[in-house]
Amino acid sequence: MNAQPIADNLFTADMGALVGARNKETGHIFFPLPLNPDDNIEPIALASRGTVWTYTVQRFPPKEPYAGPTDPEKFKPYVVAYVSLPGQTMVESRLTGIEPEDVKIGMEVELTAIPLDPDAPPEEQKLIHAFKPVQGE
Amino acid sequence: MSDVCIVGAGIHPFGRTEGRDGMDQGVFAVKQALADSGIEWKDVQFAFGGSAASGNADNMVSQLGLTGIQFINVSNGCATGGSALNAAVSAIKSGEYELGMAVGFDKHPRGAFNADPSDYGLPNWYGEAGYMLTVQFFGAKIMRYLHEHDISRETLGRVAEKAFRNGVKTDHAWRRSEVDLDTIMNAPMICDPLTKYMFCSPAEGAVALILASEKKAKEMGVPIIRLKTSVMRTRPAGSFEVFAASIDNERGGTATEIASKAAFEQAGLGPEDIDIAQLQDTESGAEIMHMAENGFCKPGEQEQWLLEGRSDINGTLPINTDGGCLACGEPVGASGLRQVYENVVQLRGTAGARQVPGDPKTAYTQVYGAPGVSAVTILQR
Repeated sequence: MNAQPIADNLFTADMGALVGARNKETGHIFFPLPLNPDDNIEPIALASRGTVWTYTVQRFPPKEPYAGPTDPEKFKPYVVAYVSLPGQTMVESRLTGIEPEDVKIGMEVELTAIPLDPDAPPEEQKLIHAFKPVQGE
Repeated sequence: MSDVCIVGAGIHPFGRTEGRDGMDQGVFAVKQALADSGIEWKDVQFAFGGSAASGNADNMVSQLGLTGIQFINVSNGCATGGSALNAAVSAIKSGEYELGMAVGFDKHPRGAFNADPSDYGLPNWYGEAGYMLTVQFFGAKIMRYLHEHDISRETLGRVAEKAFRNGVKTDHAWRRSEVDLDTIMNAPMICDPLTKYMFCSPAEGAVALILASEKKAKEMGVPIIRLKTSVMRTRPAGSFEVFAASIDNERGGTATEIASKAAFEQAGLGPEDIDIAQLQDTESGAEIMHMAENGFCKPGEQEQWLLEGRSDINGTLPINTDGGCLACGEPVGASGLRQVYENVVQLRGTAGARQVPGDPKTAYTQVYGAPGVSAVTILQR
């Protein structure tokens, strides 16, 4: 069995987009889709490309409920950004494929999925969402 | 209309006190406030109080005396103290009471606050994937602010440097030694752009304030500090708050901007009338943003303010004269009342080594917390 997403309804079935929520009355779009959405909320596939609006770097291993690697020897600081998806919303997401020092506000990024613990056996791996720099940027 | 007056103030030192729980620290502060105002517990007609982690405030009656007093518990996150004060003011303004108390206390375990995603309406994956950390929010928010308003990272360091400098002169502060700018800037990064010295820590402490109607205060013959206004507001659309899996592309205002505007309107005053300000400084960036959100400067001007020492004790507008949360730590239930306590001491002219010169007359406090609440007071002598 391949690695599975960390939760249902986080990604679309083809893993090509995040699932957001849209208020049918106001048009307001947000993320993620609530576990028990109200009647006026419908799922929506979010844009897979956007720009970094802001970011920070998680420099120390988090405590529970964090389920990724916390061994201080193995812990690698990770970038947490808000990625602005045009006309939709800004999604909180890790950045991948870039060192913290190289991240710039305004840079163009696209959606991907990464294992929460790259060292876990493939059958136990859980995939989380992340954005990576658009090639050629 | 007559003003509600602060006629007594008490504080239990902030920081860590082994062997004394949060509520006992609250009782300590109440007894000090009673002595300060020259009254006894039996004279107090009502109380509002709260803590986030140290139990129900009304249990204090078992130590203070079973007088049958009306004692209402307040639970409003970081605005608990401010909300208790707010409610106490209303009780006196209504005319039903003329002498009462607001109290806040807390004792938190060491380290960052633990949070459960479900408490915030978030799915479990949000915590498992490593987003359930308040420090990330503070880092990301000030990262954008520095970028948008062209403020250097060093300005964050100068805020912390000032806090520790003021803490040295403050009896109730936790951190009592100076830290130089280089050490602050080169300390381990917690969440970029904030290093460990730029964050406050959860702590312990308690504050109690005795409030009276103007008529009662005059009868008591004690130094009177007038509470010109006490306002609490919640967030508007498009604000940027902690634990947000998404935020709107269209940016909005802040709870602090709303509370500040209302407070100035109610008091018939403006930012230019303020002589001292205590502003929420959960981390260095918060103080910088709050300088502008409360109307004391324009966004981007903070860098020059800090460089020129305008917010120092001897500056044009001293900010966080007791070292703020950075030097005192943050016991959630007591933190907002500590700001008011500090202003009472400053307006009475009894702040000792940290006394603001020039006979200050008008003082401002602002506390901010999750998920987007802000409380402002303006005191006048």
